[in-house]
Order: sequence, then structure tokens, then C-alpha cells
Amino acid sequence: MSITATAITKTFGRTKALDAVDLHVPDGKLVALLGPSGSGKTTLLRILAGLDFADRGSGRVEFHGEDVTDTPAGRRGVGFVFQHYALFRHMTVAENIAFGLTVLPRKDRPSKAEIAVRVDELLRLIQLPDVGGRYPSQLSGGQRQRVALARALAVQPKVLLLDEPFGALDAQVRKELRGWLRRFHDEIGLTTVFVTHDQEEALELADEVVVMNHAKVKQVGTPQEVYDQPASPFVIEFLGNVNRFTPARNPLPGTGDNALYVRPHDVDIRREPAGEHSIHARVAHIFSAGSSGRVTLVRADNHDTIDAEVSRARLRELDLKVGDEAWIVFRHIRLFPAGSYTERDVVPDDAHAATTDSGHGI
Amino acid sequence: MASALSNLQRTVSAPVVRPRALRDPLWLRLTLMGVAFLFLASFLLLPLVSVFAEALRRGVGAYLESFNDPDGWHALRLTLLTAAIAVPANLVFGVAAAWAVAKFEFPGKSLLITLIDLPFAVSPVISGLIYVLVFGAHGWFGPWLSEHDIRIVFAVPGIVLATIFVTFPFVARELIPLMQAQGKDEEYAAVTLGANGWQTFFRVTLPNIKWGLFYGVILCNARAMGEFGAVSVVSGHIRGETNTLPLHVEILYNEYQFVGAFAAASLLALLAIVTLVLKSAVEWAHARRHG
Amino acid sequence: MSSSRHRSVLPGFGLSLGFTLVYLSLIVLVPLAAAFIEIAGLTWAEFTAAVSDPRVVASYKLSFGASLAAAAVNAVFGLVVAWVLVRYPFPGRRVIDALVDLPFALPTAVAGIALTAIYSKNGWVGQWLEPHGMQVAFTRVGVFVALTFIGLPFVVRTLQPVIEELEPELEEASATLGANRLQTLARVVLPPLLPALTTGFAMAFARALGEYGSVVFISGNMPMKTEITPLLIITKLEQYDYAGATAIAVVMLIVSFVLLLLINLLQRRARRIA
Repeated sequence: MSITATAITKTFGRTKALDAVDLHVPDGKLVALLGPSGSGKTTLLRILAGLDFADRGSGRVEFHGEDVTDTPAGRRGVGFVFQHYALFRHMTVAENIAFGLTVLPRKDRPSKAEIAVRVDELLRLIQLPDVGGRYPSQLSGGQRQRVALARALAVQPKVLLLDEPFGALDAQVRKELRGWLRRFHDEIGLTTVFVTHDQEEALELADEVVVMNHAKVKQVGTPQEVYDQPASPFVIEFLGNVNRFTPARNPLPGTGDNALYVRPHDVDIRREPAGEHSIHARVAHIFSAGSSGRVTLVRADNHDTIDAEVSRARLRELDLKVGDEAWIVFRHIRLFPAGSYTERDVVPDDAHAATTDSGHGI
Repeated sequence: MASALSNLQRTVSAPVVRPRALRDPLWLRLTLMGVAFLFLASFLLLPLVSVFAEALRRGVGAYLESFNDPDGWHALRLTLLTAAIAVPANLVFGVAAAWAVAKFEFPGKSLLITLIDLPFAVSPVISGLIYVLVFGAHGWFGPWLSEHDIRIVFAVPGIVLATIFVTFPFVARELIPLMQAQGKDEEYAAVTLGANGWQTFFRVTLPNIKWGLFYGVILCNARAMGEFGAVSVVSGHIRGETNTLPLHVEILYNEYQFVGAFAAASLLALLAIVTLVLKSAVEWAHARRHG
Repeated sequence: MSSSRHRSVLPGFGLSLGFTLVYLSLIVLVPLAAAFIEIAGLTWAEFTAAVSDPRVVASYKLSFGASLAAAAVNAVFGLVVAWVLVRYPFPGRRVIDALVDLPFALPTAVAGIALTAIYSKNGWVGQWLEPHGMQVAFTRVGVFVALTFIGLPFVVRTLQPVIEELEPELEEASATLGANRLQTLARVVLPPLLPALTTGFAMAFARALGEYGSVVFISGNMPMKTEITPLLIITKLEQYDYAGATAIAVVMLIVSFVLLLLINLLQRRARRIA
């Protein structure tokens, strides 16, 4: 079931949480709402769920073409998983999962036996077949998360909404659950929207990423699209590390009044000068204890630092030491008009129209 | 047992406007508000208002005239004197107990906290009775006291002692959780910077607990001035000598001097109103500071 | 564990604990012990005779029954009041919130004569009840009314912080799962409030059992009918029957201590669940 939200505006007191936001979630897709805290992503998710409502007179929410703008949460057919799970402490896991079925009107309510069967199925689905009799306090964080998911699925929702689903978990469990959720989605194919502030999580997990900032949608695209063709300085900075140069400190000639962005993995290091575009620098720090090597260099002319990320093989080949002279070559750069850089907090929505996509190697 | 009640850490935040999904339907809101207001109006507001209405039943003149009663003035003075002894005594105790409990670890601590609560669980009448048993004519020290012509029961000392007993936990109950929550880091810092014990207490601890202290004192004072049952047992009801204001109210009432009784009661009701206003003001100031 | 054995960083342990223990003993423990020592002079038969005299038993029934009824009424209405004060924004909320503490601040004797005035035959409420054959003042109902007044803040004040700390997500989860508001209130909101509600109920009950000042005026103090137990202690004292008074007091003290323990237990459990 597809979701379409049109012109959603939401104000809390004087702050605008959402400013005329449009969103389309295609049927069966796994979509991430990605943005820093305060960007409005959770508010948007809550409006889709019917837990919050857009400002009076603004906006429209449709599920598969049907207007649900004023439908209360309980009748939208959404499954909602809360960041801190919101499991009912005084109920067992099985009672939690069965809750949505037991509050159905008597004529629609399955029998006790049917409910028990359904709960067992769900417990198997989340790979926790034996915890039905336990209380939430007796489960680990990852287990609670999966129980919350099972509870949301028990009412057979048409749409699954997850608010920071891995936010409260430690790194190891996070990784595991991420993979599990992806496989799970592929199996049941339920239209799913999740909110996250973790770009790695969004890029790795989602079919489509919606990048948000300051109450607006900044860019929508596949993970590869938003990463490789960021529409604005905000998007390029938010999706991973990047070296940024203002026009005044731009190391490359001929880039005009533009700010220059280059990802560390697009920075190559040479021991010898390599043409007029190579930048003279000195090695300041080498970090080689990871899957790739990271080198911090300081420009010879103005002492700006530049981060580079090279393979470990390349790092060995270069045989760099702190203090060594080196020359830097950018493989791929991205230019944005200077104005959009200095005012990146209030980027006009047409900023990406003025973007120069100058993806050329130098 | 009143531990959960008079706690300054109670938040008094305004209710936030809740998302629509969390709001009760209008009919339910109106019903519950109606029930709540009717209940509070009939059980709280009505008695409070009736005190003043009864006092003014025969007009302002009769009301004012009823204050022309030397026994009444004596009762008021005794009430103030009792509070002036009981409140500071329990204040010092409360601070000492809270310091010991919050800043140190020792075995039997939770038993001590329970014992401090004990007077709350004892009926006021029994609070008076036990002092009669100890100091009364038939009590432990009775013969010795009468030999030396010292009167405790049916005299002012007994009234003060019984009042101290019933107001015993107020300040301590307020300070113990407050100081436990604040921890000991600031005191440790003061000590490492060279402060001695009293400097640490007066310059670091006291500023941190002053609102809680004041709050406890307000409640302690209200109870000290208003105590009836315990004082009634130990006072002996000697007019112009061992009558506190609440006991004076009782005597006038039993003599069918209703205007006089309610006039004296109106003073105590005013005390209650001032107490509630101060208490709310402290809660408000505290909530604003600690958000 | 015991820093009393080590040198402590902060000063004043000996002084503060020593003073606390001496003061506690002199003011509370020794006088309370006097009550138990006093009845040690009685034989078992004398003791049981004193505490099971028909007039005393009638007072137990009244004190227990009226306290129980008052605490129950306070549990129901206190829950409503606490919910309204925490959840519904309305003008004057702060004033009403402050007013809830009135029974703590108003001297009990004042409350007693005020309630009597309201509920007597020509009082504000009494005059409306009288024609319907309902008498409150000088009956057991009057005792119940006074005990409801003095127990009122307990349930409200124990529930308020718990309601404030309820996670809104729980109610939202219930809503997204299709429960209507009444189902959410009954199945998601109420159960976590039960421990606090029970605690408040027990506190109101314990307070009502020992209450004296607000009751004696409205009860009429008729033997076998409207005498509460604390009043009987005073009556015996006035007849110089110290042993008899103390025997009843000891029964009440034991009940109070059991209740105190129970309340502590309830609070500890409530804290563990929360």
C-alpha cells in the first residue's frame, strides 16, 4: 500500500516542525526518513500514523489513494514501533502481542484460541518462540524491539512505521537487527517507513532515502543517488565525512565563486607533484588501524587540514610518515555556489538547480 | 507514611497540550472535571468558607468583639510559643538526621528512616497518652517530678513535648530524599578545597537545601500550631493557662459560643491559607529553578 | 559498607547520627515504649477484658468501617481528581491543586466544627438532607464525612507524580493498535497506577484510624453508636483508667505499625515496578 502526504505543515507553538512537506512512499518499499534531530522526521512519521495531525487546513495524507487525513490512529491500519518500544509493563509478552486483537469490537474479535495461535506465529516470526510468558522487563533491548514489532504486526497493518528503531540499542545488536529487519522486509514486503538520524543505517537498509532538514525534505532518492548526487551542501555534509573549502580557501583554480566539497575517499596522495592541480601538503597524522587508512594532511600554503582515506595497500605503498611532504590530487569534487554554503541553514529549495555537478577527475 | 505527600520534588508542571490521540473524549473530560470539582467543592471549599461565614454570622461587630477575650489571647500566645519551640527543635533534628542519612553509609539506615516516620503512623491521642504515661502523676517520673514541684503534664512543657512528637518527621522527611538526590560531590569538592565541616554545611549544603528546608518548616509549623488531639490529652484544659488556640476553639464551641469559636477558628483557617499559599510559592520557585 | 569504621571524608558523622539517635529515642522511642511497659503490668485476662469490652469493640467496628469507607471513597474520587489535575488544562488549576492540601494545613478541630456546622440540621448541606430523612451530623455518616475530609490528599498526592510520569508512548501504542480511549484507560493507564492507588488508599486508611479532632465534634460521641476508638482512649484517661486506655492504645499502635510496614512494602514495590 502506497503512502502519499501532500503539503504537510505542522507548527508547535512558534516553531515550524514541518513546512509544506510532500512525501510519497511507493507500495512495498522500505523508506528511511533521515535527518538530524529537530529536522521534523519524527513529526512526519507521527502524522502518517495519526498520532499527530497537520495544522488545520494544511496537508493531506492518503493511503493507497484513500484520504486518511482525519482518520484516528487506531483506524488507519498502521503498525507503529516506538523508539523505546512502549511495551506494556504489566502484561506478558504474549499479552502485549495479543493486545491489538483483544481490543477489537466483539464481532470482529478472534476467539481466544485463534489469538493464541496468532501470537505463537508472531513469536516464531521474530525468532523468540519461548518468551511469550515473560514480562518485558525480563527481555534484552533487542528482544523488546522485536516484541514491539510483533505487537505492531499482530493487527495485520497495511503500513509499518518505525521511529528510530535501533536508536536505543548498542552497536553490536544494532547491526544484527538491521540485517534482520532488511531480510524480514524482503520476506513480507510490507510498505515500511523508518526514521533515523544515522546516515549509515539509512543508506545500508533503505530502498529509498528521504533526507530532511529544518522542517523540509531536502532530497529523495535511492541510497546511491543521495550519496553520489547530493542536491545540496547540507546533504553532502550530512551523508558522511567531507572536506569543505570556502571560495577564498579553494585550493583549485578555475572553480569560481563556489564552495568545493570532496569526500576523503576521493582524495589521493602522491609522493611527487602531479601537475598544476596537485596540492602541496605535509602529513600530520596517520591512522592505519581500520579497514582503510586515514591520513590527515596540512596544506603547505595556508595550513588547512585535508582528510584522505586510502586503501591499506595504497598506504603501505606510499610508506608515509608524519612530517613527510606529499601532493594531493582530488579524484572527484562537487561545487556549490558560495551563497548556498554560507547560508546552508536556510538553503532555498531551488538551491540544487544552481548546483554545478562537476564530477570530473582532475 | 506521609513520605510521598509533602515532597518538594513533586513536579508542578503545567499539563502540556497533548496529541489528539491521547486526549480523552469531550464527554469524558467534562464528566471527570465535573465530578472532581463537585467533590473538592463539597469536601474542601465548603468547610473552609463555612468557617468564615459562621464567624461573621452575627455581623462584623460581633466578630471583632469576640477577640476581646483575654483567654483567647493567652491561647494564641501559647500556640505561638509552642510552635516557636517545636519547629526549631525539629528543624535542627531534621538537618542532623538528613546529614547522617544522606552523606554517610551505615547499617540500619533504612530502619532509621522508618523510625523517623513513626510519629506519622501514631494516632494523635496516643501521642499525648504516652507522655502522660511517662510524666503523669502515675507515670515513671511522676513521683520524682511532684517531689521537686515540676509539672510537665497538664502544663506547658507537656504541650510542647506532644507537639514536638506529632511534628517530629516533617523537616527530616523533606530533607532526606532531597539531600540523597543531591549526592555528596559538592561537599567533597568543598572539603578538598580546604573548607571545614561548618563552612561546608553553611556555604555548600545549606544553599542547596534551603527550599526544601523552608517547605518542611512551613508544614511543620502548620501542624504545630493546629495540633488538637495530642495537645488535648496533655493539656488538662486549664483556661488562660494550658489552652492552645485549637483547644480554645473546642471550649468555646462546647459552651455554645459559636461566633467566638468560629472567630478563633477563622484565625487558624487563615493560618492554613497562608500555609497553602507559601507552600505553592515554594513549589513554584523550586520548579522554575529546577525546571 | 560502614564508613563509620573508616575515616570518612566528610565530617560530622558521629555528631549528626548521635544527635539523631538520642533525639529519636527521647522524643519517640522511649515514650512509645512506655505504652508497652504500662500494659506489661496487666495480666492477659485483664488486657483482653480491656480491649474486648463491648463498647470498645463497637468503637473498633466504627473506626474500621468508617475509615475503610472513607479511604475507598477517597481512592475513587482521588483518582479522578489526580487525573483531572495532571491531564486537563483549565484556568485556576494551580489554585485547586494547592487547595487539595487543605486537610493537611487546616487544624483538625477547625475542620471538625466546620463540618458539623455544614451538616447539622440547619447547616448549608444539612438543611437539604434533613427533609429526605438523611442525618449526617451526630451519626456514623458524620464520622465517615470527617474521615473522608482528612484522608482526601493522600490518594491525590500519591497518584499525581505517577500519572505525570506515565510514558505517553504507552497510550499512543494502544491507540495505534486500535484500542478506543476507554479501552486504553482501563487496560493501559489504570494498571500501572494501581500500586500508587493502593498506597494512597492505605495511607488514607491509616490516617483515618487514628484521627480524633475532626471527628469528635460531628460524631456526637454516643456510646456503642458513634464513639471512635481514639475517643475511648481519652474517655478512659479522664476516668483515670490508665491501664485500660493504654491497652486500647497498644492495639491501635500494633495495627498502625502493621499498616506502616505494609505501606513501606507497597511503596518499595511500586518503585521497583516503575
